[in-house]
Amino acid sequence: MTLSPEEWTAVMLSLRVAVVATLVSLPFGIAIAYALARGRFWGHGLLNGLVLMPLILPPVVTGYLLLILFGRRGPIGAFLADTFGIVFSFRWTGAALACGVMGFPLMVRAVRLSIEAVDTRLEEAAGTLGASRLWVFLTVTLPLIIPGIIAGMILCFAKAMGEFGATITFVSNIPGETQTLPSAIYTFTQVPGGDLGALRLTIVSVVIAMAALVASEVMARSANRRLDIA
Amino acid sequence: MTLAIDIKHRQGNFVLDVAFDTQGGLTALFGRSGSGKTSIVNIIAGLIRPDAGRVSVGGVDLVDTARGVFVPRHKRRIGYVFQEGRLFPHLTVRQNLLYGRWFAPPAGDRDGDLDRVVDLLGIAGLLPRRPGRLSGGEKQRVAIGRALLASPRLLLMDEPLASLDDARKAEIYPYIERLRDSAGIPIVYVSHSVAEVARLASSVVLLADGKVAAAGPTVDIMQRSELMSPAEREEAGAVIEAAVARHDQRFGLTELTSRAGTWRLTRLDTPVGARVRLRVRARDVMLATSPPADISALNVFSGAVSDIATGDGTADIRIDCNGETLIARLTHYSTERLALAPGTQVYALIKSVSLDRGTLSGPLPTIADT
Repeated sequence: MTLSPEEWTAVMLSLRVAVVATLVSLPFGIAIAYALARGRFWGHGLLNGLVLMPLILPPVVTGYLLLILFGRRGPIGAFLADTFGIVFSFRWTGAALACGVMGFPLMVRAVRLSIEAVDTRLEEAAGTLGASRLWVFLTVTLPLIIPGIIAGMILCFAKAMGEFGATITFVSNIPGETQTLPSAIYTFTQVPGGDLGALRLTIVSVVIAMAALVASEVMARSANRRLDIA
Repeated sequence: MTLAIDIKHRQGNFVLDVAFDTQGGLTALFGRSGSGKTSIVNIIAGLIRPDAGRVSVGGVDLVDTARGVFVPRHKRRIGYVFQEGRLFPHLTVRQNLLYGRWFAPPAGDRDGDLDRVVDLLGIAGLLPRRPGRLSGGEKQRVAIGRALLASPRLLLMDEPLASLDDARKAEIYPYIERLRDSAGIPIVYVSHSVAEVARLASSVVLLADGKVAAAGPTVDIMQRSELMSPAEREEAGAVIEAAVARHDQRFGLTELTSRAGTWRLTRLDTPVGARVRLRVRARDVMLATSPPADISALNVFSGAVSDIATGDGTADIRIDCNGETLIARLTHYSTERLALAPGTQVYALIKSVSLDRGTLSGPLPTIADT
């Protein structure tokens, strides 16, 4: 089975979009998960709702909201373009943003659950040994939630690889720029004789998904072994 | 003054209102569960912010609500050994021990300190292991070492042996005794066990319902059985400090001398001249009003009844034996039959075998050390 250059481009683009979406979301995901798990502040429920929103809304609606906010003339999009030169609309970066937003609730949820499972008494003990709150987080909390972080990253990556509705609404379906795997498969199904191409990309999708799953299993197991849990 | 505390704190319906200071050595916070012992050490460690009051250690104010002083826990340099160890599961024993070093690098010799503590606690063989598979006793020794290596000004121990069985406790007592006598760090030790306090404590703060019921040297406070719960009263009695006089090879006995006279008990491994602390349970002491003859008990002391505390079905008779107090628990029937009253001359009889390992401390520091 060989992929045509266009199909190959779609696969590489999808991988790039998913990896960037996952890695860029990660620090924000951990910070928000920590705030939701431990914080007692005004607007806690609001923040939680906002993070979960993309999970509940139709993806097309999320994509449209991104278009309004992050489009070239949108309030945030215009600011970012003028100040930092970051443009989202009809670029692969926009696809990464859409995928990141869609995967974000899954990542936050996994990380939050693992933070809630951390024994806060260990953190107290670290405090009595001289660690400030930041050091307690870096030396005790963070190492203990690594399995949760891995799970969150895999979920976010898988969601990003499969994201279709929000991406196509926000940044359209431009080959070589915003045409990810699902968009390419969709395009193939819309033209006569595209069945074979659709099938090839479907196989590629399955292989990538399986590889991600196996990788997460291996990483989670080694993390658990370090904690002497497994 | 090592530790001075004077605080008021409300938690739900429970009101803590205590004031005491300690002078070094091992101070036991003693009392039944719910008397506020753990809250007090949590306040000292900075895990709880008290509603009002002051806490100072070695002359440094850690909390003073009147002046708005509250030193955060990580800047207090107070070691805390928790009941459940709380070792970090993702670090090796060695990394656990050195955790405090990341934040408070010691002034002097790094490796020497680690070696000394590892040696003191007998944990050299555990260093490369992870805490997950250590036994309860091993975990607690590592937890003690971890707290010590953070170079604390004060060491808090919250029932560190409560989750261990008697054999494991016996394994750790000598390490705590060594710590008390050689490390030079004052210790505040929470306990609800009479045996533990009688064995380890230099002084005792007795707590009841969030208040200090009594405070003073261990020997004095441990006689106050009226302040204890029924379970604690079972174990209560006199605490005697005695010196090892000689070992009898033939019968496997050891002789101790105290102000009351000579004690004979089953052989100790303690060298002659060492001082030990002996807990004589009130329920193990028998009284006679005439000199007993032809009896098996090897420990007979004469004295005068100084006080009779009448309890529920029994009475605790306090006997002054040449300036040393022994306590005997008798039924009201016996008390009446012997016509005991303050001033009555009596003989106190104690079987040697009732003075077992569980009622003895390891060697106490000699006078010159303290």
